Amino acid sequence: MEQYSINHLRELEAESIFVIREVVAQFERPVMLFSGGKDSIVMFHLAWKAFHPLKVPFPLMHIDTGHNFEETIKYRDDLAEKTGTRLIVKYVQDSIDNGRAVEEKGLNASRNVLQTVTLLDAIEEMKFDCAMGGGRRDEEKARAKERFFSHRDEFGQWDPKNQRPELWNLFCGAKHMGEHFRVFPISNWTEMDVWQYILMENIEMPSLYFTHEREVFCRDGAWMASAPFMQLKPNEKVEVKKVRCRTIGDITCTGVTLSEANSLEDIIQEVAASRVTERGSRADDKRSEAAMEDRKREGYF
Amino acid sequence: MSGKDHGYLDMELLRFTTAGSVDDGKSTLIGRLLYDSKAIFEDQMEALEQASINRGGEEVNLALLTDGLRAEREQGITIDVAYRYFATPKRKFIIADTPGHIQYTRNMVTGASTANAAVILVDARNGVIEQTRRHAYIAALLNIPHVLVCVNKMDLVDFSEDVFDRIKADFIDVASRLDAQDIHFLPISAKLGDNVVDASTNMPWYTGETFLGLLEALPVGQDWNLSDPRFPVQYVIRPISDEYHDYRGYAGRVASGVFRVGQEVVALPGGLKTTIEAIDFAGKSLDYAFPPQSVTIRLKDEIDVSRGSMIVDAVNQPQQSQEIDLMVCWLNEKPLVIKGKYQVKHNSNELRCIVTEVKYKVNINTIEEIHDDLSVGLNQIARITIKTTKPMFFDSYKKNRDTGSLILIDEGTNNVVGAGMIL
Repeated sequence: MEQYSINHLRELEAESIFVIREVVAQFERPVMLFSGGKDSIVMFHLAWKAFHPLKVPFPLMHIDTGHNFEETIKYRDDLAEKTGTRLIVKYVQDSIDNGRAVEEKGLNASRNVLQTVTLLDAIEEMKFDCAMGGGRRDEEKARAKERFFSHRDEFGQWDPKNQRPELWNLFCGAKHMGEHFRVFPISNWTEMDVWQYILMENIEMPSLYFTHEREVFCRDGAWMASAPFMQLKPNEKVEVKKVRCRTIGDITCTGVTLSEANSLEDIIQEVAASRVTERGSRADDKRSEAAMEDRKREGYF
Repeated sequence: MSGKDHGYLDMELLRFTTAGSVDDGKSTLIGRLLYDSKAIFEDQMEALEQASINRGGEEVNLALLTDGLRAEREQGITIDVAYRYFATPKRKFIIADTPGHIQYTRNMVTGASTANAAVILVDARNGVIEQTRRHAYIAALLNIPHVLVCVNKMDLVDFSEDVFDRIKADFIDVASRLDAQDIHFLPISAKLGDNVVDASTNMPWYTGETFLGLLEALPVGQDWNLSDPRFPVQYVIRPISDEYHDYRGYAGRVASGVFRVGQEVVALPGGLKTTIEAIDFAGKSLDYAFPPQSVTIRLKDEIDVSRGSMIVDAVNQPQQSQEIDLMVCWLNEKPLVIKGKYQVKHNSNELRCIVTEVKYKVNINTIEEIHDDLSVGLNQIARITIKTTKPMFFDSYKKNRDTGSLILIDEGTNNVVGAGMIL
């Protein structure tokens, strides 16, 4: 008996592949933003499936804050090499050195916001007309209203009040000179969908996502990884704990979770039982109620 | 590990849209679903409580969960369609939650365009009102396969079966004048939880499913059109590598119907007949493909096929014309210009058109045709005729939501100004 139904993961997969193919068909110089986190890993996997046996017909771009988990960088380089994909790395340090960006000061200093400068400069310099990102609508409230195809003006800004209506599967990438688009192929995925899909497709993941012993310290109720460029407050002390990353970003603002999860199945169990969102330990979102919107308006991922 | 070990591999996806104003209990209903299915997390709840207190409210306002934009928070209004997600062990749900007050029609049409089901809330005290007719009309116009009419606030009418039956009869009367789909009625109290997740003990006379039970049981698999094979080509895959020297694959998503290896098809425009040689997906070969799968089709003969082409069954072909009648919902402050030129996006095809005629407008509150005022402005719905620069291949929207829908784009601003449903 032939079956004409697919499960929710296959339907999400088909939708994302459709969106990625639209990008390649509608834009001249698209690029896919790649951070080495689980969302960008899944997004790249979908791109690979979308064009097989053709190699992924656009480059990957990493905006590197310099504050990385080493493993992420190795994973990124291996992936690009293995799949024959062109990799572009742009450094926030360069933006700081040439005066385009100014380093934040203080204990909670982070280069997260500065990435926007480097990203927008790279888009302009390399003349990209579309940058795909792994943002999901369930992640954060300002993202809940984001389009698949999100228009950016010539300053790279997002105008959330005047977004183009997006109906059916009809994505409109029409734009004027100097403007560009951000496209979010996995808009409709949740954290759970991402992990279930990784398990279903057996996608290799950086080991940071699994339990490991790490030097950490506790700040404002969240566990942070210790690194040479992290300054400690007087009452904070470094200890070794069994942790895993629930998101992977810049070390200065990515919290880690105490966890024994050793396999994808364990992680799915943990996500299912969790009562705190994955961004709950992201210091970058806690800065204000509209922190994400403010960054996105300026041109953040 | 076999698929049987993971319950999630059997889960289906259901997209539904909810529409209504602040006081009809919609937020309470959705909030209860999200909270009971653990889709609201502790930190979100904490942030929500904090935000509600900051605004002087005593109760948690659920809208603050997705009204994330600064302007929305400051003005206490919802500007745009908000997407929310939750899952039960049976299904994953995507809710397109549309605000009731401003930009009403535009938002509901947007949310409805991808929905399998529409949830319409009726206040048991007020019965079927103008807003209910508007909801019903849009759900029918957008051809949403299932409609769930939730008669809410039953606790305020003493859980009366008579009240419920009267509202049901009134709604059926409205629906009979529309091309309505599968309609379900249920009496609920979102505030008290009656018939939301658990069956109500206050209404023993109601023996149907609860709200969540119904959402889990709607037969979404039957919503796809499986009878008319249509495959709009998005992109041509030509690797030009040693290994895949002669590979030429047409990438796209099955819009409707089933495609099989060996099937006789034609490629439009052109109309040359050929056979499907293979259906590929990421290194695997499939025997057949169906909606909404994204695949790559290879054809036996080398014929002219590119983005904008449509591969269809050789016998069962779509309509073909340069003059097209459609219902349009206008989405922009700048009104529709009769004799004006617009860009059309239809499947992967882009062309231009002139609006040649506005036949009538619809008063969506009374569902009556308006013939004396033919100016079409924001949030208005009209029947129009367009003439396109080249022939279009399409089906009626009622038959095929994918090949029967199009958008109109303003050539100056690039804004999406019209949503069209082909008659």
